Amino acid sequence: MLKNYIKIAWAVLQRRKFFTFISLFGISFTLMVLMVVTSLYDHAFGPQMPERESDKLLFVNNMREQFKEGYTNSSPPSYYFLNRFVRPLKTPENVSINSIFMPVNSYVNNKKLTLDQKHTDAAFWDILEFNFVEGRPFSAQEVNNASRVAVINQNTRKNYFGDKEAIGQTIEVDQVKYKVVGVVEDVPVLRLHSYADVWVPITLKSQDFKRTGLKGTYFATIKAKKASDVPKIKDEFASMMLQVNKNSKPEGVQEVFSFADDIFGTFARSLMGGGKTDKSGLLYGILAFAAFLFMLLPTINLVNINISRIMERSSEIGVRKAFGASSATIIGQFIVENIFLTLLGGMLGFLISAGVLEMINDSGILAYVNLGLNLRVFAWGLLLCLIFGLVSGVYPAFKMSRLNAVEALKGGSK
Amino acid sequence: MIQLTDIEKVYRTKTIETVALNRVNLQIERGEFVSIMGPSGCGKSTLLNIMGLLDEPTGGYVAIDGQPVKTHSDSKLAKLRNEKIGFVFQSYHLIHDLSVVDNVELPLLYRNVSASDRRKRALEALEKVGLSARTKHFPNQLSGGQRQRVAIARALAGNPEIILADEPTGNLDSVMGEEIMDILLRLNQEEGTTIVMVTHDENMALKTNRLIRFFDGQQVADSMVIEAQI
Ligand SMILES: Nc1ncnc2c1ncn2[C@@H]1O[C@H](COP(=O)(O)OP(=O)(O)OP(=O)(O)O)[C@@H](O)[C@H]1O
Ligand SMILES: [Mg+2]
Repeated sequence: MLKNYIKIAWAVLQRRKFFTFISLFGISFTLMVLMVVTSLYDHAFGPQMPERESDKLLFVNNMREQFKEGYTNSSPPSYYFLNRFVRPLKTPENVSINSIFMPVNSYVNNKKLTLDQKHTDAAFWDILEFNFVEGRPFSAQEVNNASRVAVINQNTRKNYFGDKEAIGQTIEVDQVKYKVVGVVEDVPVLRLHSYADVWVPITLKSQDFKRTGLKGTYFATIKAKKASDVPKIKDEFASMMLQVNKNSKPEGVQEVFSFADDIFGTFARSLMGGGKTDKSGLLYGILAFAAFLFMLLPTINLVNINISRIMERSSEIGVRKAFGASSATIIGQFIVENIFLTLLGGMLGFLISAGVLEMINDSGILAYVNLGLNLRVFAWGLLLCLIFGLVSGVYPAFKMSRLNAVEALKGGSK
Repeated sequence: MIQLTDIEKVYRTKTIETVALNRVNLQIERGEFVSIMGPSGCGKSTLLNIMGLLDEPTGGYVAIDGQPVKTHSDSKLAKLRNEKIGFVFQSYHLIHDLSVVDNVELPLLYRNVSASDRRKRALEALEKVGLSARTKHFPNQLSGGQRQRVAIARALAGNPEIILADEPTGNLDSVMGEEIMDILLRLNQEEGTTIVMVTHDENMALKTNRLIRFFDGQQVADSMVIEAQI
């Protein structure tokens, strides 16, 4: 019976190429977009190297000053602010201060390379889990001594040294010579709190340390002892900010804002603008709603297609009834057909997603990105499609199965 | 084997009321070849659909083998149609997405029959209508007469006790019509299949055993066709 249903489903799909194309395209395209978006999401916000323990990590990347005249001005915080107020926080296990990455020039065999350079402390290497391919991170002592040492990523290593030994060699970046002590796996640029091509000790920029303004070019990466400490850290951070507002506000500023957020939180806050509340929930809500709408469209499309597809086959329904199909059997047939179509679309969507992700990886639009298929998301997407397939198939099938056999036979004569 | 008692069929819409059948009493016996004639719109198709349990009368009773079917559920009616009745329609009503042999298998699909057995019986039925050479074709690759023969094979495949044919030759020219008629006659005579056929063709009707004439939803004549009349 099932085999026969699938046989006729297959025949119908083949005969009605246009309908088939539209439905399959709808399903697989939707799944594909869902897969690519979630893969990007995972890539940007999920637990990934080097921010693997993402539920324990918080980032401070913004300092917003609200002036008395009403306008606001925001930029990354200063070393002074992070060192003076954030590093001494008591709840975190560890706090790292690191500069934002800056593009700098370096020359290799007269070839110009633009490298992204980041200045970090030693805690940076403790908090984050880089994959060291060769060598080691620089130590607290090397940071204290402002040693000219560097950790580079694999890509830079390849460009600079090719197949030759890298550890212990010097590289010249921005007219300064550094000794390479370690090589790490490439970090995707979306991890903008950790990403760089070359990491060097923060003390090599000590001229920045003396400036006492709140705004600057630094980030802090905070690690909690355990995930449940995160809210406590946020609380401590907020009360610290109260003190800053009381005692350390610059001239003419009414209030200063800074927050410790997880990766998604920092993104939500910068996307959704000011205020003191965490915007993650709102952004999640908006994203979920958008995804829902996005799935809704192909569903409606599918329902419509199914209705006209089934209407067109009213004569077939009449014939089947005349030869012994009950209404329940007819509904079964159309549901099987629909599930078959959905599964086919799902499989196609899976292949297309894999292809598109591969293309994004290869295209170099995003530096060092390595997107993969998230199977969990795929399973959910497929399940949703199946439910939609069921819903979109059941209603028209039910409607048609109720059709009186005589009417159905009149419906189309062939 | 089919008994119609006081059958009434009234189509009601908001504005008009059409009486398609008006107190029809009719008994079809096993082995008969009955033809039904009458002007267009007199209720012949309606009658056949009610006999075939495709349609419900608005009044009266239908009994199959002495069993009234009024209270039967949808699935029970479907089962009766499947096992006892084979339909042949004027416009063939083949499923154009299925091959000839798959079309013929249709009644067996709704029974507990293995795939190989289904195929065997479908091929046998096609053989009876002389279409063994066209089993893999699709309906749109066949002529009208061939399509109607496929439809007859489909009606035969389930080995029904009665075949209900609504103008089976209505869309065919006289040569093909004769062919179809010959097949039906042979079925009736050699296999003893009961047949009820609606037709507009007096000559065909005269080849059957019994001729019922309809006018305006009522039987106006019911007579045995006498050999001498041919
Ligand atoms: N669904 C319907 N709604 C309203 N009236 C209908 C419906 N179906 C049939 N009728 C009416 O019932 C009457 C009998 O119709 P039926 O189709 O049985 O005629 P028929 O004898 O088969 O005619 P023909 O020889 O043209 O096929 C007709 O007057 C027709 O208009
Ligand atoms: Mg008719």
